[in-house]
Amino acid sequence: MTVISSTTDADQLTMEIVAEFDAAPDRVWAVWEDPRKLERWWGPPTYPATFTRHEFEVGGQSRYYMTGPTGDRHFGWWRIDVLEAKRRIEFANGFAGDDGEPVPGLAPAGGIVELGSSGSGTRMLVRTEFVDVEQMERMLAMGMQEGMGLAIGQIDAVLREPVPA
Amino acid sequence: MLTYNQMVVDMLGGDTFSEAEADRVFHALADSTRRDILARAIEREQSVSALARQYEISLTAVQKHVTVLERAALISKHRSGREQLVAANPETLRRANTLLQAFEQLWVDRANRIAEILAEEGESR
Repeated sequence: MTVISSTTDADQLTMEIVAEFDAAPDRVWAVWEDPRKLERWWGPPTYPATFTRHEFEVGGQSRYYMTGPTGDRHFGWWRIDVLEAKRRIEFANGFAGDDGEPVPGLAPAGGIVELGSSGSGTRMLVRTEFVDVEQMERMLAMGMQEGMGLAIGQIDAVLREPVPA
Repeated sequence: MLTYNQMVVDMLGGDTFSEAEADRVFHALADSTRRDILARAIEREQSVSALARQYEISLTAVQKHVTVLERAALISKHRSGREQLVAANPETLRRANTLLQAFEQLWVDRANRIAEILAEEGESR
């Protein structure tokens, strides 16, 4: 089981996931640092991501787009705010317009990645922090898009579960 | 951003939420007081005035929140004597729950794809 826990805190507007990988931290770091590796996992198979810019340094900017089944493109961007090699990344992740550049006045969500050794493997924590509820709505919606890799069978399983109180 | 909600609709097969419905559900669930009102309505049906006693906001403000939840079809309202009763709508909740879980699933899927990349690298060494 790769993912150990995932929690959504609706009041704090955060979502956190903890995963463990059977690989050393430097190899997990590489999937974030290397844009060719990053685009193999950022988007689902049905909405693959293409990073046209990825400056993996403090203050560095990234630009990417995701290509949908009908060739439709959806643009996003990152700005790296904190980088501690093989340990920590803090980045802003926002929507971009059709020109690929950030949409003015649309606040990005915050992303925090922490890597640590766990036995012979690596524990990775990713926290998404939303600025306000409107942004959460938008990101939830985009999350749906990015989450389209969700197999139909999984959706069916969710639908059969009772509604939590 | 309408496109994104349209894709939510596409993902869920189109018959789950219309784009406008998904917008209303996202908006309704994005406020902590409304989520709390909804949680209480899920526990049991209750009157708007009983709900209002739980919060330090005016009855009018609570009524507005209830209206937002009602427009999103998350709850339904009916009259019993002099009281306005609020009940949760389980079908919409089920569908909203699917949306929220799908968002969480996004990062679970990403972590699984990272694991696949790492495993492939390990094999080719």
